[in-house]
Amino acid sequence: MTTGSTEKVNGARAVIKCLEKEGVDTLFGYPGGQIIPFYNELYDSDLRHILVRHEQAAAHAADGYARATGKTGVCVSTSGPGATNLVTGIATAYMDSVPIVALTGQVPKFLIGNDAFQEADITGITLPITKHNYLVQDAEEIPRIVKEAFHIASTGRPGPVLIDLPKDIQNVEFDLHYPDKVELRGYKPTFKGNTQQIKRAAEEIAKSCRPIIYAGGGVISSNASAELVELAETILAPVTTTLMGISSIPTEHPLYVGMLGMHGCKYANYAIQESDLIIAVGARFDDRVTGKLESFAPNARIIHIDVDPAEISKNIKVHVPIVGDAKQVLKSLIKYIKRCNSAEWIEKINQWKKEYPLGYSQMSPDVVMPQFVIEQIAEACKDAIIVTEVGQHQMWAAQYFKYITPRTFLTSGGLGTMGYGFPAAMGAKVGRPDKTVINISGDGSFQMNSQELATVVQNDIPVVTVILNNGYLGMVRQWQELFYDRRYSCTCIKGSVDFVKLAEAYGALGLRAEKPSEVRPAIEEAVRSGRPAIVDVIVECEANVYPMVPAGAAINEILDQEEQ
Amino acid sequence: MKHTLAVLVENKAGVLSRVSSLFSRRGYNIDSLAVGVTEDPDISRITIVVHGDDHVVEQVTKQLNKLIDVIKVSDIGGEEAVERELALIKVAADANTRAEIIQIANIFRARIVDVAPKSMTVEITGDEGKVQAIEKLLRQFGIKELVRTGKIAIVRGSKKV
Repeated sequence: MTTGSTEKVNGARAVIKCLEKEGVDTLFGYPGGQIIPFYNELYDSDLRHILVRHEQAAAHAADGYARATGKTGVCVSTSGPGATNLVTGIATAYMDSVPIVALTGQVPKFLIGNDAFQEADITGITLPITKHNYLVQDAEEIPRIVKEAFHIASTGRPGPVLIDLPKDIQNVEFDLHYPDKVELRGYKPTFKGNTQQIKRAAEEIAKSCRPIIYAGGGVISSNASAELVELAETILAPVTTTLMGISSIPTEHPLYVGMLGMHGCKYANYAIQESDLIIAVGARFDDRVTGKLESFAPNARIIHIDVDPAEISKNIKVHVPIVGDAKQVLKSLIKYIKRCNSAEWIEKINQWKKEYPLGYSQMSPDVVMPQFVIEQIAEACKDAIIVTEVGQHQMWAAQYFKYITPRTFLTSGGLGTMGYGFPAAMGAKVGRPDKTVINISGDGSFQMNSQELATVVQNDIPVVTVILNNGYLGMVRQWQELFYDRRYSCTCIKGSVDFVKLAEAYGALGLRAEKPSEVRPAIEEAVRSGRPAIVDVIVECEANVYPMVPAGAAINEILDQEEQ
Repeated sequence: MKHTLAVLVENKAGVLSRVSSLFSRRGYNIDSLAVGVTEDPDISRITIVVHGDDHVVEQVTKQLNKLIDVIKVSDIGGEEAVERELALIKVAADANTRAEIIQIANIFRARIVDVAPKSMTVEITGDEGKVQAIEKLLRQFGIKELVRTGKIAIVRGSKKV
């Protein structure tokens, strides 16, 4: 049960030793009164600690690190306000199934429940937004708890785990034994799909003439991209992805039909509606994808592959459920399948692609269209890791960038957290220093965590943020324009700040582009500089994200710009 | 439709709040809940009566199974099971009514567990219908206070959940 070597350490040192055993190399955090013993031991450790400027950024950075590398991200904060500041980041990771471990200081055990200074019931607060959490009651539990936390965070459907560490426990000395394995009788995720079900799925596929593969974030988290592409090519089926599934198949792959749902490509939505078989892989039929449930894919049989049994038939009735890890299941499924009779179907989809391409028009000469900026980033920074904030720019980044390899599109899909992108980009760059990391932002979102400019400069993390600056909280403004009679209530933020000067104030590079011809050079200069940089691009202020399916409508009831 | 779920959980601090917060967060309604330790001191059993159609109960079961501290969830409502609730009913009683109350208690095989000059306390064990029936009959005397447990249930025969 235990490894041979034991040594006498205090609780704080034990946590660090256990993190090292788990292969952790980087932490994102912020110290405070109840986590000082941990930071005291960290002082002598080889772990890299990135000191953020707000704990929320620590959680997002750990999340970005995890999404970009596939490893578990770690963030640290003190008790009370430090811990509550992590909450948005933990909830973001929970909604998108990202493995992170959050360590929080807590008041000493004898003060818990007394409303002590900087006390918050963080295990209570994070109960509904963590996969599991722990309040450590005894220092000797630390090795088991850390081991379990990493196991739970990274296996099955991944997610955040929080460990709350009372200060007195950090100081208790004990003999450290690190367990070799985890024994949790209540946690046994299914990895391998049921063979009978896989054979049934293969039979459904064999019968289908209009199949479509609907891939979600689960394909990326299980590293199943190669299997996904193999499946599509073998049976000859188009692939559509959710927002979270973007980058699981290259954008330019001939069988890719883009993102589906509210801001999906028309041809993706048409294809799913007319399909006779949906093969859902690591996706959860979210309301932004299905639109009105009753009219979603009326003629389709549905195969649903997901590691989380609770997602099966949650929103939509599934004909062939397969519980298991996407990569494992696809690997076995591929053994039983052959090409469908889908040539005509593919031809029809290619016709739709020609007829209803994604596109935008230049609203006035010399103005920079936001979609154009994304196209320029795509040309200037091929195969970069694209991180986004939340809003219009997020949708344009999903629609117009050309993704090549998995784990290159990091976005807050489930929770929709403005302020996610910049710190997540920082975490991604720390985890993947070899990659160019671009944070595509809006002028609203960026201001939700702009203080992290200090962190990227101080730690020399050369992330480039491209702000599509339209002077509005653009997505809300778009809804107000379309559904609230153009009453732009509280969405104009023109004149917020000079982002170039803001960058310079922090010691980062600040550049501005106001004309289409200035966009590409500014992006290239920022990337070439090797420094943290902001490119403030002044874009058309009333551009809208199209296509658009109004909330609650069927997903083939699509608004497009020429109809406006 | 009502379902009775037997939920085996780790006997640890905070587990009950994980289970109950799951119900409130996902909007499921608990009709009754009872919890206690089992033959294995490391395992507690929570009996939950939940209201909903099969889809809701399937979701409840799956979501409960996702909790790390939940070991097993069984729907034992549909099976042959012995179900019990316990209630303590404090009834207004004086020399005139005492005999009649005792008679009612006897019919229900309930027990009188406390007698005072102006009240009697009746302990009743049984399924939901039985507890309701005695409550209805005792109401005419004036119920001063009533406390009841959630339902517990066990499958008949040698089978375990």
